[in-house]
Parts: sequence; C-alpha cells; structure tokens
Amino acid sequence: MRLLATIALTLLRAKLRQSIVAAVGVMFSIAMFVTLLGFMSGLNELLDGLILNRTPHVRLYNELRASPEQPVQVAYADSTSPADRPIHHFIYSIKPKDDLPRLRNATAIMAALEKDPRVLAVSPRLVSQVLFNVGTTDLSGQVNGIDVMQEVRYYMFQDYLVAGDPYDLANGNNTIVLGKALADIMEAKIGDLVQVTTASGDRTMLRVVGYFQSGITDYDKVQCYANIKTVQKLLARPASYYTDINIKLHNLDEAPTMAKELAARFGVQATDIQTANAQFETGTDVRNIISYAVGVVLLIVAGFGIYNILNMMIYEKLDAIAILKATGFSGRDVQRIFLLLSVIIGIAGALGGLIVGITLQNIIDNIPFITAALPSVKTFPVDYSIRFYVIAVTFALATTWVAGWFPARKASHVDPVEIIRGK
Amino acid sequence: MKKSELVLEVENVNKSFHDPMTIQVLKNVSMQVARGEFVSITGKSGCGKSTLLYILSTMDTDYEGELKIDGEPTRKASATRLARIRNEKIGFVFQFHYLLTEFSVLHNVMLPGLKLAMKSREEVEHRAMELLGELGIADQARKSANQISGGQKQRVAIARAMINDPLIIMGDEPTGNLDSRNSDIVFDIFRKIADEHKRSLLIVTHDQDFAERTDRIIEMDDGRVVT
Repeated sequence: MRLLATIALTLLRAKLRQSIVAAVGVMFSIAMFVTLLGFMSGLNELLDGLILNRTPHVRLYNELRASPEQPVQVAYADSTSPADRPIHHFIYSIKPKDDLPRLRNATAIMAALEKDPRVLAVSPRLVSQVLFNVGTTDLSGQVNGIDVMQEVRYYMFQDYLVAGDPYDLANGNNTIVLGKALADIMEAKIGDLVQVTTASGDRTMLRVVGYFQSGITDYDKVQCYANIKTVQKLLARPASYYTDINIKLHNLDEAPTMAKELAARFGVQATDIQTANAQFETGTDVRNIISYAVGVVLLIVAGFGIYNILNMMIYEKLDAIAILKATGFSGRDVQRIFLLLSVIIGIAGALGGLIVGITLQNIIDNIPFITAALPSVKTFPVDYSIRFYVIAVTFALATTWVAGWFPARKASHVDPVEIIRGK
Repeated sequence: MKKSELVLEVENVNKSFHDPMTIQVLKNVSMQVARGEFVSITGKSGCGKSTLLYILSTMDTDYEGELKIDGEPTRKASATRLARIRNEKIGFVFQFHYLLTEFSVLHNVMLPGLKLAMKSREEVEHRAMELLGELGIADQARKSANQISGGQKQRVAIARAMINDPLIIMGDEPTGNLDSRNSDIVFDIFRKIADEHKRSLLIVTHDQDFAERTDRIIEMDDGRVVT
C-alpha cells in the first residue's frame, strides 16, 4: 500500500497544477458549505431563540372559562323529554368567577415537578393586568411577576434587557422593568416612579430599574416585569399565589406528552412549546433543507471536476499504466493508485476548505448586524457547530471517492497489450 | 531434456482476431524454452510473432491452448495471480523503453522489486544499483528518466526487467529503436544474462544479424512455427 501511495503522490506531483485546480474545487465547495450552513444555522438559532428561548417548554396555567356545568344541567342530568329527546338548555346563569386565574395548590405542584427527573427548571409567574397612570390618561399593561434569577438562568432574561441590571429587579422592592416601547410613551427614565393601578383599584408607585425589548413592538408596548413578591404585594395576595408555572425540560421533544400528563395530573391547562410555536420549526426545516441542497450541489460539481481531471490524467498516463501492469501490478493495484490520487485531492481540498470556511465564518461573525428587534445581537450570528465540519468532510471524501472510482476502474481495465503494441 | 528445466511450454495455441472479420493469427503453435536458453523469434511482419509473445507474457489471455510457465498452467489463473507471475518470473523489454518519467532512473528499476516485496527497500535499492553498475549506467541512477539517452533508457529497461531475477526475459524488438552500436551493447548484455545468470531469453526481432547470434531461432510464417 505504501508503494501505491508513493506512486500516486509522484503522479500527483507530476500533474501538480491540475491536481491543485481539482483540490481548489473541493476546497471552494467545502468552504461554501461550511460557511453557508454555519451562517444559516446561526440565523435559525437566532430567530428561533427569539421565541423559543423565552418560551417555556410546558406552561401550566388556569384559564378563565365559562362554567362547564350549569346548575340546570345538574338538576336535570338524567331526565329526558316526554318524546325521549335530550333537553336543550339555554339558561347560563353562572358566570366566570371574579377572580384572577390562580393556580390552586401551586406550591405542591412545584414541589412535585422539582422531583421529576425530566424537568430542568421550574419557575412560577404571577401575571396581572394593570393600568399605568400617565398624566391624565391610563395605559393598559401587563405585569409579569417573575422569579428573576430563574428567568436569567433559563430564559435569557438579561439578553432582552436593553438597560438596567436584572439584580436590581431581583433584589429591589417595588421595582419594575418596563417594555421599551411603553417606557418611551410614558417618558419614564430609569429611576423614575410610575403609578400603577390594579384591576381591583389599588394604586402603588413602582421604581423603573430597566427597559425590556423583545423585538416585537406590540409586545413591548404592554409587557412589564417585576419581582414576583412585588406583584403579590401589588395585588394583595399571599406568597403562594401564582398564575403560571413555566417548565423547562431536559429534552424538548418530551414536551407534548408531558403537557398532557401534567394537565391530567394536576387538573390545570398545559401548553407545550411545539403546539404553541409550530411555525418556527417548519421555517427552520425549510431553511436547513435549502442550505444542505446548495452545499451538496456544490460538492457534486467539485466531484465532476475531479472526475474530469482524473480521466485526463489516466489518458495521459496510459503508458505508465501499461508498464505497471506488465511488470506485475494487478488491475486492482492500478485502481487503488488512482483512487488514492482522488482521495488525496479530496483530503487536501477538504482541509483547505475547512480552513477557508472557518475563516469566512469568522469574517461573517464580525460583520455588524444591529437591529432594534434583537438588542443582544451586534454582529451576524454564526453557528460554529462541529456537526457541519464533520458532514462537510465526510461528504467531500465520499464525493471524491465516487468521482475517483469510475476513472480508476477504467484505468484498472486498461489492456497493456493494446498500449504496448500500438507503439 | 528434463521437464523441470523447461521455463516455458506452449501447446497448440490458437488465436483469432474477430474485428472486423475473423482472421486466425496463430495456428497450433507449440514450443518450449529451456532454462538458460537464448531464443529469438523471427518472421515477416504480420506473421504473428508479437501476438505469440504477448500470449506468452500472460498479458493476453484471449487464446485457446495451454501455456505453462515454470510448470504452472496459466490458462485458468486469476488476473491477480498472472500479475504475480509477471512480477516474479518474467522480465520485459519492449521496443519503447516505457520508463516512468516522473521517477528517477533508480526508482524505475526498483518499482517491480518493491511490488514483489520479497526484499527490504534497502536490499532492492542495492540490487538495482548493482544492476545499473553491471549495465554501465550507475552514474545515471539519480537522474530523471527523461534526462538520459535512448541507448541508456533501453539499458535501464533491461535493469528493470532483471530486478526480480526472473526466469525468463521477454523482448519485443528491444533493439528496434537503437543504432547498431547500442544494439550490440544490448545483445552483449542479453548474452551475458543467458550465460552467466542462467536466465532464459525470448526475443522477438526482425533483425537477422541479431537472431543469428542467438542459441536458437524460431521462425514463424502465417501463424505457424516453421522451424
């Protein structure tokens, strides 16, 4: 095998320029493949992260609903009309309760979830509608009482804070982070006091400690964040009063089954991330398919380059093939020599392509990309996942192997008698 | 003559070309070459002497009849086995030298030896240098194969044929491209190989002077062995 490799390398050196052209073809396609997929995947992660980072995998809540059983139905549960037809009720006297949709037994539910091995993190929320009193008008808003440190750790809360420090919110008393758009309307600076009125009419002054920007303006006009204790105090509710429990799982794919299971187990509503954000996965898939398709096409084109050059080389080297066969190299040896040639070109191209590709990724990673929608993003996103490098190199080697195989087989079938007698 | 002394045996070999129409080029050819024998095959152009040589070389397998090399029947041997036989037992010298121009003279001589892999690289190199020395071109060993003269190239080709100490060296017009001085040198080398190394030689030639100086002449005419 070493002898065959020496012969392959010597032939390669003799046709150095053509070999380099072939290797550059592979290099170019690998570089484009790596760059394209890294960039595409980076964008995908960014766009998905915009929603998915901030979305719990399973959310437990208690929705305000019309009472499913009206008294009249209970009273006449077993009766039928004289004509044996079911009775149609049209009396709906019981309205939804005048209460916030609190989660009953929230403390016990959370304790149970903490013990579940599938669960990564559990964080409670208390969401309430409020009015901000600005001058003579009132602006409606929604205050999310959060466990700040949990949100920072598991939901990238700090990435969406354009001003202020999450610790001020966590430790402060009566502090609030306003949506950036809302703060602009209210002209509230950091350190200012804003007056908040709850649904039940209580008024409280809260100190602004930061701005929040999700990138979705309608959302930023309404949403505000406060320490969960502050909101409990605001609403005059006890410390175990929560409206939502957000769950992050170790494995995202378990969310739909978990949601069903938890809904049945605790008697609450549960939504999973897949149901809530189906469109994001579709978009990601389509973008991935497009980038892979482009990358694969580039590699195939490079494969044709190698095929051509090897074919030419074999044609020019018919004499050498003939004498090698005459002096005892078998057809298989000859095939191996040319296959090795092709794979050497492939490896050289793939390594060069990786270097160029990673360089291009770095360049893209440093191009400024500033958008109001994504406060934490300053440059174009790039995914440096090792997966793409492995796929690119594997595919490059496979392509060059196939591209080399056909000419190599042709070389192995060269009849030395025909060549030698032809002279 | 003892059977084990036979390096090459051919019995009733027939061969036809079918394109564009069927022409029988070899008709019941039978012959033998003994160890150490220097044999030449002569005949007019188109009499089938080269065709016979390529069948004997095991490179052409499209024929009828039996061919034994060193007592081993080759009719049904695999392509890999035939390649091994060529590597180990047969040396070739053609009209054209067929040196690989990418390699040095020394490396060209070494290649079949490295392929055989019976000796270490150092031993093969040593043997190659020895052969080049014997052929008077040791000083050209490090040169590239296309930097030496035609006569020298043919001597390199002979050294390459000798590297694995084959039983028989086959030549197809090995002096065809050479002037008379270089032809004489090549003939003397062949003579020495037969006498001193006890190797058989089977040389196809149309050079009557060359043929007459060999041990035995096989003359062919129209696909048959005449003498």
